Amino acid sequence: MHARDPRAKIAVLLVFLVALAITPAPNHLAIGIQATLLIAGILVAGLPFFGMLARAAVVLPFSLTFGLMSWLAGEPGRAVALVEKSYLSTLAVLLVVGTTPLPRLLAGMEALGVPRTLVLVAQFLYRYLFVISEQAQHMRVAAACRQDRGRHRRPRFRAAAGALAVLFARSYQRAEGIHRAMLARAFSGQFSPLRSSSFGLIDACFLTAVSLFVGMTLLV
Amino acid sequence: MTPLIEVHDLSFRYDDGTQALEDIHFALQPGETVALLGANGSGKTTFVLQLNGILRGEGSVTVCGLPVNQENLAAIRSKIGMVFQDADEQLFMPTVLEDVTFGPLNQGLPEEEAVARGRAALERAGLLHAAHKAPYHLSAGEKRQVALAGVLAMQPEILVLDEPTTFLDPPALRNLVDLLRDLPQAKLIVTHNTRFAAALAGRAVFFEKGKLVAEGPVDQLVQRYDWSYSPLAAADLRYSAQRRF
Repeated sequence: MHARDPRAKIAVLLVFLVALAITPAPNHLAIGIQATLLIAGILVAGLPFFGMLARAAVVLPFSLTFGLMSWLAGEPGRAVALVEKSYLSTLAVLLVVGTTPLPRLLAGMEALGVPRTLVLVAQFLYRYLFVISEQAQHMRVAAACRQDRGRHRRPRFRAAAGALAVLFARSYQRAEGIHRAMLARAFSGQFSPLRSSSFGLIDACFLTAVSLFVGMTLLV
Repeated sequence: MTPLIEVHDLSFRYDDGTQALEDIHFALQPGETVALLGANGSGKTTFVLQLNGILRGEGSVTVCGLPVNQENLAAIRSKIGMVFQDADEQLFMPTVLEDVTFGPLNQGLPEEEAVARGRAALERAGLLHAAHKAPYHLSAGEKRQVALAGVLAMQPEILVLDEPTTFLDPPALRNLVDLLRDLPQAKLIVTHNTRFAAALAGRAVFFEKGKLVAEGPVDQLVQRYDWSYSPLAAADLRYSAQRRF
């Protein structure tokens, strides 16, 4: 799974999501086979099984709310399918994200036609999220060192608001610095990325086989 | 010998009215290393940003015989490699190798050549093993080395380093000195670290309130402006520690 070209994995993910979405509501057998396929994928990829299941549960508060509404509206079959499908969709996305480093995933998305600007924004966001969160951590520690913890909340809120404002200003300043650094290395507004990987025969086989299998679950 | 950089009557004022540079005259000869000394806010960084046209003031700036103007910017930015103070601002690509090849690809080199240059520069910096790592997984010293490799991959004629010793521990600092000593390019080094400057630069210039007020050997300027961290004697440190605790 890890070695497959990101384009193949994204395409398989899309096929899986579409198949899952159009699986008729009471067809639990088809959904069960699709779930088994995902579980097999997690095991083959060597990802932490229970950790993945727990992470996918992040969608449950939302899907359970909508499921409950469907149930109360007298459609219990649809309610169950809604929860099942949203959970499995999240699990499928986690499987692809867990087996593909983000830079390769973004490169794959770009190769599949996602606008470059969107990919670049995601790339920069991912890169600088760590830098900004590190700055935020430093500021939090600095604030904690000068705060009387626990007694008064208001000064703490004020400090947090101030820190947010400073963080925003610093982020803006950093963006200017990055732009300068780009200009200094002859950037003229057009990125020329490296070709990250090649789509091979094994990737084509993987894409075809999994897509066919997922498609066949609709016939069950 | 024709200087690589020639600056005449350079003045610059920021949009908020701050006069950052005033009547600067400067020349950098081929193969020369010059340290730029001066207080924070004295105009050192503003000055080096004029050299590749990122900031543009009044006066004349010529790099490798090319006047700094819109028409020559691309060529000039290929001739001056600038390593910024904050390495995090310079390492913006997802992996180290992609970052190091950013400049060569912008110079219009084919991908294979850009990658070869990037790898060679990383090898020179001793970081080839980190080629496929994400920049945020590197230490401060490694980030600085990668930032320098990214500039070296462009094969510039002049290197400009803005506070290159910031956040470096002593071994990383030694590595940087060794690496810079071996590089044949002319260098401009903005620094507060006078020992670092003395180890590399044959000449220094001193900035004060936007003016270039003196030039000469590093030691001479350090002495004239009392520009070093006065070393406290161990006995003084012990005494002050006892008083405080």
